[in-house]
Amino acid sequence: MAGIVIVGAGECGTRAAFALREAGHDGPITLIGDEPHLPYERPPLSKAALGGDTVVPKLIADEARLQESGIEHRRGVRVTGIDRTERRLSTDSGALSYDKLLLATGSTPRRLTQDGAELLHIAYLRTLADAAALQPRLRPGARIVIIGAGFIGLELAAAASGRGCRVTVIEMLPRILARLVPAEIAAVIAARHAVAGVEILTGVAIARLETGPAAARITLGDGRQLDADLLVAGIGALPATGLAVAAGLAIDNGIAVDAELRTADAHILAAGDCCSFPLALYGGRRVRLEAWRSAQELGNLAARNLLGGAEPHAAVPWFWSDQYDLGLQIAGLPDEGRETVRRNLGDGAFLIFHLANGRLVAASGIGPGTTIGRDIRLAELLVARHVHPDPAQLAAPGVKLKSLLAA
Amino acid sequence: MPWTRACAADDVDAEDVIRFDHAGQVFAIYRSPDDEFFATQGLCTHEAACLADGLVMDDIIECPKHNGRFNYKTGQAKGAPVTVPLRTFPIKVEDGAVFVDIG
Repeated sequence: MAGIVIVGAGECGTRAAFALREAGHDGPITLIGDEPHLPYERPPLSKAALGGDTVVPKLIADEARLQESGIEHRRGVRVTGIDRTERRLSTDSGALSYDKLLLATGSTPRRLTQDGAELLHIAYLRTLADAAALQPRLRPGARIVIIGAGFIGLELAAAASGRGCRVTVIEMLPRILARLVPAEIAAVIAARHAVAGVEILTGVAIARLETGPAAARITLGDGRQLDADLLVAGIGALPATGLAVAAGLAIDNGIAVDAELRTADAHILAAGDCCSFPLALYGGRRVRLEAWRSAQELGNLAARNLLGGAEPHAAVPWFWSDQYDLGLQIAGLPDEGRETVRRNLGDGAFLIFHLANGRLVAASGIGPGTTIGRDIRLAELLVARHVHPDPAQLAAPGVKLKSLLAA
Repeated sequence: MPWTRACAADDVDAEDVIRFDHAGQVFAIYRSPDDEFFATQGLCTHEAACLADGLVMDDIIECPKHNGRFNYKTGQAKGAPVTVPLRTFPIKVEDGAVFVDIG
């Protein structure tokens, strides 16, 4: 028996492998990853992992756990093709048959295509190898220029400033975190970076990249010039769809799957940030989620549906970022909202509720450490229930969100 | 080890949790929906987030950082991302005060 083969040993693929066993599957499971490591958590790579002397991976599972669960983990193996008729994969180390295939190929950093980029060493951050290469270059006094004020760029800025680097972040859009985070919360994060001495330039274009006295010279649209010992780009990620494209599977901002994560091929599912799927929570809006918890939820769901389940994805998207002492969490997609309601908590922490026609569609929060964690979790449960809460109650810190759940 | 006073019973709502710090250690003190008290280590076994910031639902404490779930009565880890159980501690209520045997 060929069994179930999972391509991609990141958070999603690894979770799916274990979830298959947890659901009682007793056939062969092969988990193929193109990196040479045991499966590890990516989120710490832009945060705590950069703060130490060496980058130590936080493993999702060690060798013993993989073995106990009967998961054959093939490391450092690149899958080069899918023969859907024969149900066989070709890899750089031999062919492999499958009964069912899960594509959890993840995403890859979007590359800078600016003129001059090809002449420079530009660092990106996604893998353990990326982090290990970056970490020793974050030396006290080093001038670091980061292109892109998204989560990766800003978390890296916080980590680099913590190591004594002189950090500048360049963002083309008028503000940081424009894609996902409400302006009021982005302002808190920007202010915290300013306190740490990180310079954030928003609304600026890059006119030219070239070598200079330092590793890179960046000329901005207004003529300003920055010299960098290290240039890093965090400008988003692209779904890794190469295999799926070559196999003739449909693509729509990632491998296009239905709400049960199925492709048009009955033997192939896709999950994680390589795929897009319709989210019933928002009227079937097609989404692709690049998020750690989504990767786990989609891996779990794919496992159940590989074993004959027919469950649609129903989880509320959830995101977080840690920068300095601040913890940011978002449940739902704030861009679904039309109005916002703010609730102030203690210690400068606050929540923003996002509503559309009276329905709670998302909530965002920021505060020291994990202070907003419980309320965001409760908001997530409320979002999942399609509630139409009274805005006055949402705004009042004295009204426990838990009490709205019971309503 | 003697029993250590953690808080007043009224300090903890039903189906809720508070933090208790003692001698450099962090504890979490829970009150179940049916008014029983429990104590566990206060920091998550995954990334050391403060569990008292988390959500209690029935027998479960959910970590406020990455939603790792534990049964706070037994310490049992309920699945990814948490694999290591919470340490639990004996607890008692006397004259309206909650005492923990911090062992």
